[in-house]
Amino acid sequence: MSRPTVADLGASLRRGETSPAELAAASRSALESLAGLHPVLRYTDELTERQAARAARSLAESPEKAGPLCGIPFAYKDVLCVEGVETTAGSRILQGYIPPYTGTALGRLLDAGAVPVAVTNCDEFAMGSSNENSAFGPVGNPWDPSRVPGGSSGGSAAVVAAGAVPFSLGTDTGGSIRQPASFCGVAGFKPTYGRVSRYGLIAFASSLDQIGPFARQVEDAAHVFTAMAGHDPRDSTSSPTEVEPVDEQLGRGIEGMRLGIPREYMAEGLEPGVRTAVESAFALLEKLGATLEEVSLPSTPAALSTYYIIAPAECSANLARMDGVRFGFHVDRPSLTDSYLETRGQGFGPEVKRRIMLGTYALSSGYYDAYYRKAQKVRTLIAEEFDRAFEKVDALVCPTSPIVAFPKGERSDPLSMYLCDVLTLPVNLAGLPGISVPCGLSEGLPVGLQVIGPRFQDARVLRVAHAYQAATPWHEAPPPPPPGAAGRPS
Amino acid sequence: MITASAVSTLEQILSRYEPVIGLEVHGQLLTRSKMFCGCSADYIGSPPNSNTCPVCLGLPGVLPVMNRVAVEYTVRTALALNCEIPEHSKFDRKNYFYPDLPKGYQISQWDMPLSRNGHLSFTVDGEEVRCGITRVHLEEDTGTLQHAGDILQQARSSVVDLNRAGVPLMEIVGEPDLRSAEQAREYLVRLRQILVYIGVNDGNLEQGSFRCDANISLRRRGETELGVKVEVKNMNSFRAVQRALDFEIVRQGRLLDQGQPIAQETRGWVEAKGATISQRSKEYAHDYRYFPEPDLPPLQIGVDFVERVRAGLPELPQQLMERLQRDHGLSAYDAAIICAEREDARAFEELVAAGVPAKTAANWLMGEVARLSRESRTPLQRSGLGVAGLAALVKLVEGGSISGSTAKELLEELYLPGGDPAAVVRDRGLAQVSDQAELERLVDAVIAENPAAVADFRGGKEQALQRLVGGGMKATRGRADARAVTGLLRDRLAR
Repeated sequence: MSRPTVADLGASLRRGETSPAELAAASRSALESLAGLHPVLRYTDELTERQAARAARSLAESPEKAGPLCGIPFAYKDVLCVEGVETTAGSRILQGYIPPYTGTALGRLLDAGAVPVAVTNCDEFAMGSSNENSAFGPVGNPWDPSRVPGGSSGGSAAVVAAGAVPFSLGTDTGGSIRQPASFCGVAGFKPTYGRVSRYGLIAFASSLDQIGPFARQVEDAAHVFTAMAGHDPRDSTSSPTEVEPVDEQLGRGIEGMRLGIPREYMAEGLEPGVRTAVESAFALLEKLGATLEEVSLPSTPAALSTYYIIAPAECSANLARMDGVRFGFHVDRPSLTDSYLETRGQGFGPEVKRRIMLGTYALSSGYYDAYYRKAQKVRTLIAEEFDRAFEKVDALVCPTSPIVAFPKGERSDPLSMYLCDVLTLPVNLAGLPGISVPCGLSEGLPVGLQVIGPRFQDARVLRVAHAYQAATPWHEAPPPPPPGAAGRPS
Repeated sequence: MITASAVSTLEQILSRYEPVIGLEVHGQLLTRSKMFCGCSADYIGSPPNSNTCPVCLGLPGVLPVMNRVAVEYTVRTALALNCEIPEHSKFDRKNYFYPDLPKGYQISQWDMPLSRNGHLSFTVDGEEVRCGITRVHLEEDTGTLQHAGDILQQARSSVVDLNRAGVPLMEIVGEPDLRSAEQAREYLVRLRQILVYIGVNDGNLEQGSFRCDANISLRRRGETELGVKVEVKNMNSFRAVQRALDFEIVRQGRLLDQGQPIAQETRGWVEAKGATISQRSKEYAHDYRYFPEPDLPPLQIGVDFVERVRAGLPELPQQLMERLQRDHGLSAYDAAIICAEREDARAFEELVAAGVPAKTAANWLMGEVARLSRESRTPLQRSGLGVAGLAALVKLVEGGSISGSTAKELLEELYLPGGDPAAVVRDRGLAQVSDQAELERLVDAVIAENPAAVADFRGGKEQALQRLVGGGMKATRGRADARAVTGLLRDRLAR
């Protein structure tokens, strides 16, 4: 079985051709064969075994009642806490940290019978767009191991693209699911802010973070989303509104739907290959019965700087608990101040330090109004512009990333790295649902089409992406087979 | 420069300078659970770090969930302090590193507190004082540290206990409207009394559930501009507050007299030294980098909610004192003492309801009962005797069945174990001797046995009569009606 889907595996489980434990073992060996790409930080063996047994019982007791994810192996990003499994957020400072509790979203997947197999590599504290900021080494893109898989959820994107697991979990603060999905040629969905509980997600920027799935097929992503979504009393920012059933929306097509193309998202800076692929996607959407029109989101150019004030400000506080006092990495020094300085100085990598400093500065007395308060105002403007656009159109379509996967080490200057997320981070600022689905190749590398919807119209976003996927072969296109475990020669 | 002024007394300094004092009070709320998690807010006595969960330990990935009862208690307090309750409020993060602060920030309220613009009025030395309340807001308490060594910076090692971390904490910020240490003390006494009355705080200064910091500056009398303020911390009793502020008035006054500047700093009161010492100067003041707590949605406080809380407010101490004076004819002094503790006022009303005259009830409560309650650390309500037992006892005295001294002995005996005073009196034959013939025999015997005292009294020494009365009481083991004995003795000796 190469690159199996949730539906494929579920069917063979129900036919009794395989068992959850066998599927987990197969996933594990497939993941091991990817060692050269380094997408996995650790395996969850004990939990895998327990969960496979639980799934097997559910399937044996009542195969009809067991949901679509029961017995399906998956991998999750190293920022999601599961009781008893080391969770480090890709950082040295949390090395050896074992959470004593399980987060809500992952807990719901466990309750649905899904079987975790591995914890995936990511940028340190989810800060990065290339996975090169992981304290445990970078990840290679299955399409070209010399290139980055995108970030910060690079490991989760890579393992799905390589077909080792049918789905995985990532988190998206400024594009960290959608951009690696685009770079690796898989579907990656960021739900509406507040739709999936953040309890148990090691926070980067609390007002922007969301957990979401990677899958090869949109319907698989939808199953995972459905299992995780809904109000959680442990997360006060999770919405109490009911989750709209997604199943009913998928397969309904997009006939008569109005889709908007944000003019500012098609501006210069797009690689020609990306533009070509996305424009042909637009043409296909029109052929599928949608009407396309141009819309304007004039504050888009301000989004990047807005994001790089709000996200670092929040992270500067969120990461303060990493102080070496109660858990994780600790450098012992005679004085408290020196212990703090050494623990954090050695424990955090350069990008994390950069953002903590940016955020600390932006919140400092005398600068708050000029930076943080102003950024919040611009954030409101950006959200209002989206709202106005959605008065005219049902959803927006645009590229996920202006570029395709770039070679490792190419973007050493932070600003050029930040620019990778220019088309995804406004969606986080506005709290909207967004998905990236593969829409073609540029120079042999995947291009992603982004679909953005109004708040809590997650089902609509999945519906558009699903309609596109159903009419195109791109999600079927596997990465070229590597000549050896280490990847193809460049 | 007047060198003599370096040793000016408090009075001399106060004649030249006016102290300007504002107090910040932190009160732990008597909620069942902590501010943002389900752990118990009653942490005293738990083994270290046992009263904790991932949320109050600040582990990676956890989120706060607001305790609604804490919000209600804060609104209740704000209403008792005449504050406005804005419709919109929010929580903010106050950022600083310290080992007792697990998240590296405290969830507090910065620019949109739950309430503002209140006041507390009271009288000191006949002068009406109205102290503005800037705001009452809600936050979370920190953990506690124990150092091997005096202070953290010099400690060889320190241990952290996070049992207290996350306990709901209310901060009551007072305006700088207080003009003396006495006023400051009285403000605190009244504030504590209100918090205890409305059931939001237990008012325990020693254990720190009610804590106070003071800001104090001096200015020449007649000046309107404020002087440089000093923050004083670590005062664990009302007495400490008064002493620390008087110390600061003298310290600052002497510096000003010598033309020296006052440093803007934080000072700590050291009880053993009877002095404040510098802890942190302005240059090291924290920049707390407040910003809105993104993990909690903004608070909407509806008018209906506020009115419901207002309707549920119990009678406040001032109202109760006025009512006791009006309805029961208590003096202002007695009413203040009776109302100092809510339990005493309740006992008073129960005694009166049971038929005990108001003044008698007040005297018993302020006298013998107060002493026993203090000595046994058991308030009347929780004693074995209880309010009903005391009422029965007092009525035996009122009805003439037992003497006052027998009643005092019985009170002492029955206070903790409890019992029916009437039954004890009957069983032990403690009833008062008030039979005229018996009393006359008693008086005759006392006169016969104490010729010296009789001679003294007849010689004009009035006190000698008390010795004779005492003799009579002793002979009856306190059962004689002391007033009747006194009357009879006077009659006999006057002849």
